[in-house]
Parts: sequence; structure tokens; C-alpha cells
Amino acid sequence: MACFGQEGNVSVSINLTKGQAISLQKSDGGSLNAVRMGLGWQAAERRGLFGKRTREIDLDASAVLFADKQPVDVVFFQHLVSDDGSVRHTGDNLVGGAGQGGDDESVLVDLQRVPVHIDQIVFTVNSFTGQTFAEVQNAFCRLVDESNGQELARYTLTGGGTYTAQIMAKVHRTGSGWGMTALGSPANGRTFQDLMPSIQPLL
Amino acid sequence: MTAELVRGQNHPLPQTRVEIRISAGSPVTPGATLGGEDGRVSDPGRIAHPGAPQLPGLEVPGQAAVAHRLAVDLDVMPPDVERVHVLLALPAGVPGPRSFGAIAPPSVAVTGLDGTAIARFVITGLDSESAVTAVELYRRGDAWKIRAVGQGYAGGLAAMLADQGLPEAQQLAADIERAVAEGLARAVAPAPPAAGQQTGAGARRAQPPAEGRQAQAGPVDYRHPRRAAAAGSAGAANGGSGTSGTSGTSGAPRASAAAPPSAPPPGVGAGSTAGGARQGAGSAPAGGGGVPPQSDRSAAGSAEPVAGDAAGWSMAERLYNQVWAMFEDLARTVAAYRSAVDFADSRMDRELDRLLADPRARMGSVADSARAEVLARHSTLVDRAREVLDRDLGQLVAEAGVVEPALPPAYASWASPVWHEYEVPEDAPMALRLGDLHLPEHTELRIPLLVRLPLERGLWVDSGASPLGPGALDADPGRAFPDSAERRALALDTAVAHAARLLSVHPAGEFNVHFIDPGGTATAALTPLLHSGVLAEPPPKGAAAVTDTLTRLTERIDLVQMALRSGAADALPPDLDPAQQLLVVNDFPHGFDDRAINQLRYLADEGPSVGVHLLIVADREDAKGYGPLLDPLWRGMLRLTPTPDDHLADPWIGHAWTYEPARAPRGSRVLEQVLAQVAAARRALRR
Repeated sequence: MACFGQEGNVSVSINLTKGQAISLQKSDGGSLNAVRMGLGWQAAERRGLFGKRTREIDLDASAVLFADKQPVDVVFFQHLVSDDGSVRHTGDNLVGGAGQGGDDESVLVDLQRVPVHIDQIVFTVNSFTGQTFAEVQNAFCRLVDESNGQELARYTLTGGGTYTAQIMAKVHRTGSGWGMTALGSPANGRTFQDLMPSIQPLL
Repeated sequence: MTAELVRGQNHPLPQTRVEIRISAGSPVTPGATLGGEDGRVSDPGRIAHPGAPQLPGLEVPGQAAVAHRLAVDLDVMPPDVERVHVLLALPAGVPGPRSFGAIAPPSVAVTGLDGTAIARFVITGLDSESAVTAVELYRRGDAWKIRAVGQGYAGGLAAMLADQGLPEAQQLAADIERAVAEGLARAVAPAPPAAGQQTGAGARRAQPPAEGRQAQAGPVDYRHPRRAAAAGSAGAANGGSGTSGTSGTSGAPRASAAAPPSAPPPGVGAGSTAGGARQGAGSAPAGGGGVPPQSDRSAAGSAEPVAGDAAGWSMAERLYNQVWAMFEDLARTVAAYRSAVDFADSRMDRELDRLLADPRARMGSVADSARAEVLARHSTLVDRAREVLDRDLGQLVAEAGVVEPALPPAYASWASPVWHEYEVPEDAPMALRLGDLHLPEHTELRIPLLVRLPLERGLWVDSGASPLGPGALDADPGRAFPDSAERRALALDTAVAHAARLLSVHPAGEFNVHFIDPGGTATAALTPLLHSGVLAEPPPKGAAAVTDTLTRLTERIDLVQMALRSGAADALPPDLDPAQQLLVVNDFPHGFDDRAINQLRYLADEGPSVGVHLLIVADREDAKGYGPLLDPLWRGMLRLTPTPDDHLADPWIGHAWTYEPARAPRGSRVLEQVLAQVAAARRALRR
């Protein structure tokens, strides 16, 4: 994963808050062709017999493709590419925190190739190992313009909780282009299937 | 780690010289006020704004812009300054948004002088406000802290300044607005907005040129993460048209398309120079072997497909990868199209059902218009899906147009000119073309079916009467449904063509073919092999010959396995043929007894790892007497058909692809010519 200077991020990227939406239209009127949703997390430090020790946490990022509020396809660690090839998961990271602030898992979305009927792509993070988000720190998702590596928006999860999943954000069609909305909705479940009831109201 | 602040939250500042970076979705006027303990500003001289940008320890840009940097040195602040407020206001006297609700939330970041982020605050929740107190820097003991304020004022700067205790706020605000308006008027080019920021804050530090989305100029030529060509149409459509003439891309397609016919796949002698040149030409647009995706490619900006435009160490490998990438792209783009059409269909059905369920909506003009609307929605979606499909198909057709002529013999169709310039190769190829694949969406777009060599599984040419796919009849409408005998003959011809291809793409003496034909029915079909002398004599008839051939090959497998296991490959008997062996079985299981069947199964399982391969011509019906005993054998082999048939599935989506075997064009002598050369090379070797 390429490392981008702090400088570029700080002054440019939009920090989203829960429920906030941005347009993915570029300022010159062109539309973005490909974006990467990067998700990152670190295991919270736990004080124990052996002092500071962090446990490994396996969070899994999934992307669910919806057409008219119906799930059509899903990209997750067992199905890394959507059937149409427009959404690609770069692979499962079992421990997290690898990049110390870099992305642990990322999902590439080729906006040009997303089938015409898909109107929303929801990004979720599940704790496969069952630890709750109370044991996770610095969980974030960020949207990067894949063509130049610029971070477009970042949504940082505030405060862990005793839930095992997060519905992080959605990328959705707006008029002629695409937009992104930070969802930040807690849920429970081991894989994305368990989250479907929680996702439906957010569409 | 940057602290992400929420409204009201504070954070210690580890240093007193900091930079405050502001970014907003629209140009904003920056400002700062120096206040006392109670937050009140004692006199107008303690306000930094574009009209009066400098104060002790503080400087603000003299211009409204989408991004600002404010340098702050808290050490030199007058001692009575307890609080520094950083303000943002939307310029009033110029065109632009009137409230923060209309633009993306501005964000404020505090960084060290080296750019290390300390804290960041995104001012969300603003609506009709046109001025906002963004953050506050305040003394806490000997140190300073920052607090996220985010207090907005619908009354603009005047209201904000009044709130800070300045009686002449109205006048002050007007002065600031005037300074800003003058500043904007002075600016040479107000757009792009990033330019204003350069003049404002650029004096202090060199700015990184790319300030994100705002500074991003020109079309971004996005290519598929894995491959340039397939998504290239998008890049071209976005306006990359002018850049297609870069030296690498314009020269390469012609060079790589033209070179292959004269040179065999990666070889030595004369071939290697041509091959090297081709590699050079090919690597220019591809950007070398395993480069990260869109590096050079986006720079090239050309949508013209190029043969060998994939990763790989050699041209043959790049072409192999490219063909498989085309296969995957076609599978996926058709999947996208089909899923969109399916969705459109099911939505239309649902909506029509709903209309019918409502008695009032069933009749009359309202019902008609509702129905028309449903149908229109359906056709709009389908049309859009078709448009995208056509775009991708066009790209793939163009790519196939340059790839197909560039393929070396092992990958090329029998109709390709490379076969007319065939020479016995020096090296075994990495893959073999077994035929073509296509989908009903575009029957003209053929993807070569390339399988890796050495073959990992046996090939089974099905001589049974399988239902023909619709594509088969389209392809050959004048032909009646072939009867059983005809199918068997066709299957055998196809198998012979596969065997001949395997023989001809391997160096002389490195690939041998054995035939089992107990019924003696294959002699006619074997004519090309016999004529050329590749096969010395027709395969012996009778069950004894079956047993004999199988026993020899079984022993060979056993010997080689033993030698490999004990690490004593040089201990093999000197008369053991080191070449790869292909066993072609005609009319299986005719002439096979139980022992022979078991030997064949052993051969199918154990053979490929030690260079013994299987090609069976069989009708599964003939073997049904064995029951499920032979199921693993059938399953373990790649089933091929002698006629076009839609039985092959791709590994990504599982579409049913119509497979058409690689056969020499009718009336062509290419097979005989090639085999004659193979035979000559084998004779030369033996001498």
C-alpha cells in the first residue's frame, strides 16, 4: 500500500461525521472513475499480567451492492470480486493494525463499471473473531481517489461499543454521479449476512 | 496520531509555533482575533484579516480562498492575550455561496511547522451561517490548548465581531469585506481557487502543488486496476484523445502485431533477436513486467489496444495473461449486463403485478399510462445496460483484433498465418489453444481457450450425442444434426487435431504420441499423422495391444515416480524415453477389460505429474455399464466437444460459454504441412 504524506491528507480530505454526505463529483466537473474504500483498525491496548499487550482482531470488510434496496451481489473475503468485476476486495487481513494508520483492508470500486442498476454500495466491517468494537481503536474508513491516491473523505469511528459490526458508509448514485455517505451505524454479526436487517433501513 | 476534535473538545498543543490549515468547499475569508481572558477583543487593532493581515505572532492570508495556512507563534503574543479565535467567513460582496450550509463543511487542522498534524476539526452542522468561529487557542497555565468551537453566525462577520465585544463591528466587517472584494478583483484568475491560496500563504513555505480535489486539473485517465485495455474506453471518453500519440504507444502495436509471424515463440538464434525486439516493443506500453497498475498507462492515455499488454516475463506469457484477462473481462461485463437486464425484468414484473393487483389501476387511461411508464423504465435501464455492454464489447473486439494476429502458433488458430511460417520450436510453449469460446451476446467475439502445458488433466473429446447449443446451429446453419457415426468421426478428427497441435508446438523428440485403437476405426482419421510419418504405423488392433500399451505406460509412470521420490532421476533405465507422452484412446472403453480400465484410471490420476497425458475419444453412454465406477475419470478430464457446444463454464461467473474446437479450416493443408515439418525434424533428430 502506498503511503501518502500527511500533508496531502490534512489539508484536503473531508472528515465526515455520522450521516454526513459528500458528492464524489470533482471540482472541475469531471466525475471520479475509481475509488478505494480503505478500512483500518488497531486492537486496543489491554493492560494485563504481561503489561501492555494487544490482541489480534480480525475485522472483515465487506461491500454489499444494492439495486433498488435489494442486495444483488456482495464482495467479501470469500468472494473477492463482484460478478461484474467492478468491486474488488484486496484481500483479508486477519490481524489489523499492520500499517499503523494505513488501510488494513481495502475495496476498489470502479465506478465506471458498476452495473447500471446498482445504485448503492454499502461498506461494512464485522468482527469475525467476535471481539467487540470496545477492543478496537482507531477504526476508520476513508475514500481514496484511486487514480491519484488522494484521500477524498475520512470517517473515523468515535468510541468503541459492545457491538461486533459497523455499517461504515455507503457510496451511492446521485443524479449523474456518485456520492458517499458516512453511516457509522453499529450492528451485531459475524459476517455481512447477519447485518442485512440493519442495513435495510439505511438504504 | 491526529486528534479528531468534536465541538467543544479541547486538546493540548505540544508546541507554541503552529500552523493552522483551513480548507473549505468554497473560498472563505480567514481571520483571527486576539482576546483577553473573557474572550473579548479590546480594540480593532487586534483583529487579523485580509485588510490587515499581520499581528504580532500571527499572520493571516490576504485573500479569500478554499485553503489557507495561518502561521501562529504563540510565544510572541502580547501577554494579555489569553484567547486567539480563528474565524472563517464567506465573502459577502462577490458571487458565491451565501451560507456554509451550501458547501462542504470546512475543516481546520493544527499542524506543527513540519506538517505533522496535531488536531483536526471538521465544522459540521452549519446551515444558514455565513461566518463561523472555527477554533480557539487559549492559555492554560504556561501552555496553550486548542478548542474546537464551531460557533456560526447567520448575521455574518458583523454579528460575530459584535459578539466578541467590538462596538464598531458593523464598520469593521464592512472594511474586511471591502478588502476581500478588492483582493479577489486583483487576483488574475479567481478560478481555480487553489491559486488564491498560493498567493495568500505561499510566502512562508513552499506549497505542495497538488492541493487535493480543488487543484486537480485535467481528466484522470482511469484504467482498470489490473489491466489497461479493457477500461481504456472510459479514459478515452474522458478526453484523453489528444495524448494517444506518445511514442511508446503509437509504435508498439504495429511492431508487436507484425513481428510474431516471422519468429517462433521465445527461441534462440534468429528468433531470439526478433523476440527481444518484440519484448521491447511490448514492454513500452505495458510499462515492463510487474509494474503497479496505472503508472505509465495513465500517462500514455491511449485507448488503443496493444497486443501483449499484460504482465509477464516474456511476450508469450504476456499474451497468455492478456487472453485470460480478456476472457475474464468479457465474462464480467456480460455478467453486469445480464444482471442489469434480469433486475429490469424482475422490477417490471413486480410493478406490473402491483398495477394488476389494484382494481382501480387495471383499466382506463391511468392504467395505460402507468403501464407505459413501467415499460419505459424497463427499457431505459436495459438500454443503458446495453450501452455499457457495447462500449466494453467494442473495446474487447478491438483488443482481439490486435491480439489474435500476434499469437504464436501454440496460441493461434489453425487459420492464422503464423502456421504457414511454422518452424519446429526449440522450447515447449507455456500454453495451448484448444479452441475458441464465445457468448451469445457477441458471437463474433472469440476468446482463445488457452490451457497451460504440461496438461494437468486429461482431455476428453465427447463423441456422444449431446444437445447442441443454439450457437452451434447459428455457426453452421446448413448442416443437419450429425448422426452418431458422424459425431464419432468428428470427435476423432478433433482429437487428432489436438494431438497434432501438441506435437507441433513441442520441440522435436520432446513429445510422443501413442494410440490405442483396438477397433481399428481410427486409421482414416490418423492419415495426417501417418502420412507425414509422425506416426510410423497404424495402431495395432485388438485387446492385446491395449494391454500392451497401457502396461508400458504404467510401468513408465511407476519408474519415474520412484526415481523422483528417491531423488535419483539419473538412475532411470537408459532406454526410457524422457519425452512427454500422450496416450490417445479412441472409442473408449471399447476393447478395455477391467484391468485395463484400472490402468487407465491410474494413468489419468498419476500420469500428468510425470509427463504422461491422456486424450480420450469416448461416448459416455458406451461406458455406462461400469456405473459410477468411471465417474471420477470423466470428472477429472476436461470435456471438449467436436462441434460447437455451450458446456464450458468460466471460473469467475460460471457463464455457459460456447466452445468451438480448434480445427483446420476446411480444405486447408496446414495440418499436413506442419506435421511434415515435425516428422522431418524428428527424423533429423534420430539420425
